[in-house]
Amino acid sequence: MIRLEPRLLRPKWLSVAVPVGSIVVALVLGAILITVSGNSALDTYGRILDVAFGSVQSWSDTIVAATPLLLTGLAAAAAFKMGLFNIGGQGQFVMGAIAASGVGLALPDVTGFVSIPLMIAAGMLAGGLWAAIPGFFKTRFGTNEVITTLMLNYVAANVAGYLIFGSMSFWRLTTGSGQVFPQGRPLSDEAVWPAFGGGGLEIPLGFILGCMAAACLWALYRYTRFGFEIGVVSDSPEAARYAGINVPRTGLAVMTLSGALAGLGGASDIGDIRHVLDPKGLGQTGYGYTGIVVAALARWNPLAVIPLSILLGALANAGRALQGATFPAGLVGTLQGLLLFCAVSGEFLTRYRVRVGHKRPLSAAELEAQAA
Amino acid sequence: MNDSFLMAILVSALFYGTPLLFAALGEVLTERSGVLNLGVEGMMLMGAVVGSVVSARLGGPSWFVLGVAILAAMLVGALTALLHAFATITLRVEQTVSGLALTILAGAAGLSSYLANVWQLRDPVPHQFTRIDVLGLAGLPVVGPLLFHQTFLTYLSWVLVAVGSWYLFRTRAGLNLRAVGESPSTADAMGLNVVRTRYVHTLAGGALAGIGGICFSLSIVPTWQDGMTAGRGWIALALVIFGFWRPVWVMLGAYLFGALASLSLTLQAQGIDIAPEILDSIPYVMTIVVLVAVSAGWSSRRLSAPDALGTAFEREAR
Repeated sequence: MIRLEPRLLRPKWLSVAVPVGSIVVALVLGAILITVSGNSALDTYGRILDVAFGSVQSWSDTIVAATPLLLTGLAAAAAFKMGLFNIGGQGQFVMGAIAASGVGLALPDVTGFVSIPLMIAAGMLAGGLWAAIPGFFKTRFGTNEVITTLMLNYVAANVAGYLIFGSMSFWRLTTGSGQVFPQGRPLSDEAVWPAFGGGGLEIPLGFILGCMAAACLWALYRYTRFGFEIGVVSDSPEAARYAGINVPRTGLAVMTLSGALAGLGGASDIGDIRHVLDPKGLGQTGYGYTGIVVAALARWNPLAVIPLSILLGALANAGRALQGATFPAGLVGTLQGLLLFCAVSGEFLTRYRVRVGHKRPLSAAELEAQAA
Repeated sequence: MNDSFLMAILVSALFYGTPLLFAALGEVLTERSGVLNLGVEGMMLMGAVVGSVVSARLGGPSWFVLGVAILAAMLVGALTALLHAFATITLRVEQTVSGLALTILAGAAGLSSYLANVWQLRDPVPHQFTRIDVLGLAGLPVVGPLLFHQTFLTYLSWVLVAVGSWYLFRTRAGLNLRAVGESPSTADAMGLNVVRTRYVHTLAGGALAGIGGICFSLSIVPTWQDGMTAGRGWIALALVIFGFWRPVWVMLGAYLFGALASLSLTLQAQGIDIAPEILDSIPYVMTIVVLVAVSAGWSSRRLSAPDALGTAFEREAR
């Protein structure tokens, strides 16, 4: 007989042991899958490690791959922490990319010291507004944000597609190869974001902004009145209302903040990585969804999002570099899915104590007898 | 607009609406039990890839191979759903996150693509679902092409709509199911087994999503492509809301969304040029409008989601 007892206290060591344990379990499950399909699991994992962390260049590639995941991961952490299920990181990311590339294209000759901050602001604004739509419906009417944010992902993808494939918009390249294959206009060199570092290691501006955002978000949730209110609302909206907290306003603010972080990710995708609005590429990479994996593994803690974005960035980087006969496409997504499943299932162990053997809780008398 | 144009739209509405209908019917059963499964896309792709490999590898007459393909797709869809059921019902994982994990795990860049690679699905499948001329009536005007010239899958979906409606609203088991979805603790007090009901209907939803998957791999796109369902699983989720968790309304919605999916091509053939991106957005925007309308109380309360949808049942917490 197996029984579950809700834990009254959650031991500190569990909050480290469970995420680490779930990563291990996910890797073991992945290894079983790789072995069953006729490849060597150790060899595959070895190659992932080598490609992701083996040299300075591979560290640079991994951090580039981690940058969008860091920002979408923070977006998910900000909202999920409050119990707002913002599945719309993907759409907010795309809207951020559209706005930032629009600003970048509009200011081709302006110095980067002006155009880049404007791109950042535009991306955050667009992502924030896109998230404020479902946020408004949620807080005004109680509309389930899971479905509305999800639907808006597809609307955003269609908006980006329309700008490049469906119309002769400002974003579309109309000269050269653009006349044959529909594609976006590239940014001018001035509007391309700088990378920092040395000795071959290049860290994109977006990653640095992401680390700063993670620290700010952590401080915001931990040390400010606003963060305290968010904590109360997520524990009990009833109690929060009774305490005089404006619950709808807090919810709308959190959704907007979450969307702004995802939008910053989109801006960084344009400024740091692609330099062009690429609807197909944005759709295939699905950063918004992977961001939720990152945030779930980080247990919605903004600071933990940084290392976990590097971990999943490494996986994505290796997947791109290794894809081929002995490294089938689909392995990266499978491993990501396993990681997420194991992480959220492991959470169970922090909430419940699993007891085997007793059919009912011991009575007070029996407990005393045991103690004696 | 002439008649043949209208017929073309109706015929493609049925063709593209059928996979949506299967997946959405399955999700209706799942959500009626109080479980939200966002993993529809992943379950469809798993059904699709397994259907493909059965068609490519199994010998025998077509009817036999396709029959096995349907059963295999149902089995794999249900097994995929079992992950979600175990995580959400037994381990009380947040349903949203678990469903998302399912889509990432099984989806376009996940296990379905991995299996297609391992099984080397490259060529068009040898056995496909073709249109059946029922009783030789396909030549009749209007009703012929619509009612008597469909694939087996479309006829199967009609049977399932009828059975599903009857099951949900006319049987004791259906009443119990709805009770579990509306108020699990009350259902539990009545002596119903909430956990079993939720497991059964989550698996059933997965099985139907699996059939929805083979509508793609063995009928619409008979050569494997990663992510061939192209986001239709998410449309199916929208459809459940759009059809207010009722099989017949879901069917009408499926054909409406199916028509929209092909409308831009049909319109282009008529010389009317509307960007497909605009038409493709309509189902998503309409779903948001419906959701907002229901939650804002602009429509009857009876049309809203099952009360306990998305929440875990914690028996010991009562």
